[in-house]
Amino acid sequence: MYKVVIGLEVHCELETKSKNFSSAPNEFTEAHNINVATVDLGLPGILPIANKEAVRKALYTSMALHCDLPDEIIFDRKNYYYADLPKGYQITQNTKPVGLNGYLDVIVNGKVKRVTLHDIHLEEDTASLEHYPKYSLIDYNRSGVPLLEIVTNPCIESADEAVAYLEDLRDVFLYLGVSEAKSNYGQMRCDVNISLMKDTDTELGTKVEMKNINAFNNVRAAIEYEIKRQSELLDKGEKVIQETRRIAEDGKTYSMREKVDAVDYKYFVEPNIPSTPVTNELISELKSELPMLKGDRYLRYIEEFKISEYDAGVLSKTRSIADYFEEVLSYGADLNLSVNFVTTSILSTLNKLEISIDELFITPKMLSDVIKLVSENKLSMDAAKKLLYEAIDKKTDPIELVKKEGMGQINDEDTLLKLIQSIMDENLEVVRQYVEDGNMSAVNFFVGQTMKKSNRQANPNISRELISKELERRKENAK
Amino acid sequence: MYRGKNIQELREELDKKETIPEELFDKANRLAHYFQDDYNSFVTIIDKFKYKDRDSKLNGIPYALKDNFSTSGILTTASSNILKDYVPVYDATVFKKLKSAGAVLVGKTVLDELAMGGTGTTGHTGIVRNPWDKERMIGGSSAGSASAVALGIVPFSIGSDTGDSVRKPASHGGLVGFKPTYGRISRYGLFAFASSLDHVAMFTRNVMDCAIVTDVLKGKDINDMTTLNDDGKCYVDLVDKDIKGKKLFYIKEICGKDTYKDVDDKELRETITKFHEMLDKLREEGFIIEEVSMDKALLEAIYPTYMCISCAEATSNNSNLTGIQFGPRGEGNSVEEIMFDARTKGFSELIKRRFILGSYILQRENQEKLFLNAGRVRRMIVDKMNEFFKEYDGMIAPCSGGPASKFDSTSEKLSDRYLILENHLAIGNFGGFPSITLPFAMINDLPVGVNITGRVREDDLVLNMANYVEKVTGLKDIYSKVGDIDV
Repeated sequence: MYKVVIGLEVHCELETKSKNFSSAPNEFTEAHNINVATVDLGLPGILPIANKEAVRKALYTSMALHCDLPDEIIFDRKNYYYADLPKGYQITQNTKPVGLNGYLDVIVNGKVKRVTLHDIHLEEDTASLEHYPKYSLIDYNRSGVPLLEIVTNPCIESADEAVAYLEDLRDVFLYLGVSEAKSNYGQMRCDVNISLMKDTDTELGTKVEMKNINAFNNVRAAIEYEIKRQSELLDKGEKVIQETRRIAEDGKTYSMREKVDAVDYKYFVEPNIPSTPVTNELISELKSELPMLKGDRYLRYIEEFKISEYDAGVLSKTRSIADYFEEVLSYGADLNLSVNFVTTSILSTLNKLEISIDELFITPKMLSDVIKLVSENKLSMDAAKKLLYEAIDKKTDPIELVKKEGMGQINDEDTLLKLIQSIMDENLEVVRQYVEDGNMSAVNFFVGQTMKKSNRQANPNISRELISKELERRKENAK
Repeated sequence: MYRGKNIQELREELDKKETIPEELFDKANRLAHYFQDDYNSFVTIIDKFKYKDRDSKLNGIPYALKDNFSTSGILTTASSNILKDYVPVYDATVFKKLKSAGAVLVGKTVLDELAMGGTGTTGHTGIVRNPWDKERMIGGSSAGSASAVALGIVPFSIGSDTGDSVRKPASHGGLVGFKPTYGRISRYGLFAFASSLDHVAMFTRNVMDCAIVTDVLKGKDINDMTTLNDDGKCYVDLVDKDIKGKKLFYIKEICGKDTYKDVDDKELRETITKFHEMLDKLREEGFIIEEVSMDKALLEAIYPTYMCISCAEATSNNSNLTGIQFGPRGEGNSVEEIMFDARTKGFSELIKRRFILGSYILQRENQEKLFLNAGRVRRMIVDKMNEFFKEYDGMIAPCSGGPASKFDSTSEKLSDRYLILENHLAIGNFGGFPSITLPFAMINDLPVGVNITGRVREDDLVLNMANYVEKVTGLKDIYSKVGDIDV
């Protein structure tokens, strides 16, 4: 058995109005070479203009991932020649990245794993190339799109951990609203560095690099394949070659090129972008906008709210759902009922209507009002759910509906019985009259009370039957 | 008569309707063609009059633009084979501003290839000659822009100045050459040589004209993050302010009376003597001028520091010239081979030499010792200057050790003896200081320039002081009257 050491470099395209250093729109489009400014083509005489929104989002992400922030924002040039790099250099951050020494706590198979981050830096994407047998085409739409690169330390030890980290990191991007992080659009891409070592080894083994893997299941496949391949090599006493490999559709990895020496990118500070100080004002402004992240909410729901792990997972997965849930609670709605309503009727409604929770007609306040009616036994669960659907349908506040139309009949015996019992408990003298004196008018009294307390919602026939039974039961008990 | 008239004179004629912009353009165009074979000022001479009537001091005034400013639809070569057919799709901010001021472009001028060089001899269309003496250089890299003004073809021209690329040729051409504070004029559309040192600069034949042009060009540009907020000043109004009590210094190690007493160079000694005679006259006008001393080692480091920084930045800045996006496509079986071929064919040996130097300087193992140390020396020099500027309003020095060199004598001036005197103007680029050259003496009937460099952002004061120097020297609106043409 070998110890697996994995480091991940994740590239995430930031969601901004314009590109990182030009005014061209930053949006996905099928048409080629549409979102292109002179800067993105690297024409002679162009100058980069740093995108404030991208810098803010980069700092914001750094902060959420517990990084040390730089005292100023500066950029560096990474110099190399390639057809997809029009300027002949990429503007990136080397001297002072937007984040250093951060971490992300990830839940892997029920346990917390702390993935430590080496750094986070803001850079620009390259153009994209399409290769044909006799020529290649360049599409500059992607050239200059803001890219955030998050580099972990070599601290990941399995494919499970790697994928859990990627999923949680994607949720961080979504939680923060900094990127849509769609891997099928290449908005989130991953480079995997993997090496194997014996438990007794003190130095890391030879590293193999796999670049630009989009889908998370391919990351898993690549890691699992490499663990197998490298283990077999080491078992046979052979050496692992330092190289770059790619994952193919058959789930195997193939060598692309051997790495002789690390390339010298001749980094130097970009002279065309003056340094901007990262002020305390900016930091506290960003901090005030920082949401509690998924992992923290998940743990809070379990530890503080005592919610099941499953429900905690469902509720914390998406920030808007978690925010919604917490807002429902903030209006004083019952915890268990809130969990129940959000995880069932609300989520299924979202699925059915194919909308996001922000588009849902039922606000957290409306839901909490309905839940209160259920808590007070004025509404059965079923009736409450029907009421919610009706409210969505009629685009009317459910409480308004109740006022206008009554709450519909309560036919549920359990609900009615609970209500009846509570009424009897409040009117023990009337119960005594029935039990001891045989006063039959008590039945009519309780029917009247039940109708009143249920806002005339209770089914009168079922109620009468239940009341008679309950009074008889109490009479029997009194003996 | 048009030739040799300055901006103010042409303005007056236009305003009095004694002439019209098209007539001025036609005359400039005729002069440009007439002198082209002998002096090679232009890469492109514009033959079609294009002008929009504007309310500006430059409305209708002809000018020339260095061929490293992006001009939409007009060939822009940077005097390099790798861009010999490049027609830009966008306008440099400077060009845009001049167009909207109604100035009329007469031509795009020859430079040392990619603005790298100080001789005016390395452009892909041939050498530029000095209008005062055809056997001499005008200097560079803004050689064509200098010669066009020195020949009287246009009253002003635009150049770029990374080490002294406007202020040195101005000295050799008897012109005023002004490089305002770094960031005062947008660099957007100026083909980058060394971004941290590059300045837009200009040639005129008097200081007031410089103020007129700067007033039009200055200001914040959203396309250049390094531009300064506009200072809201009108330099034209400030040029004539009284300078009594303004304090200048000269550095003994650059131009002390006795610094070169043992050197066997008549032109140099005459330059120094005349310089000090001028200082005396300036003192009479109310300037306070004192000698200061500066560490010679630091001064000798100016040139190597400049080379380190500029070559390093240039290597990176010109990495877009691969023939992939634009320019002649190279041949080969892979992208690397195609780029390699285009760059091999596209650049002259001198340029390749600088790129190799720059690449070497930036290499991981050399960066600390060469590139970063150069940055530190740059800082030390700037700090020292700023220390002087606490007490003084400006530095004054001759721009070179004499008139322009002959074409065959370049190596001599590269010797150690001239290391400081020939290269000190780069101080202005290191610190982004406003810096102006203007003629102060004629030596063997050839002009020699003096330079004044002032505090950052005090462009108005530098122009103001230069204006008084101009009054004292009387060398104003001079140009070479060669040629048998009467326009």
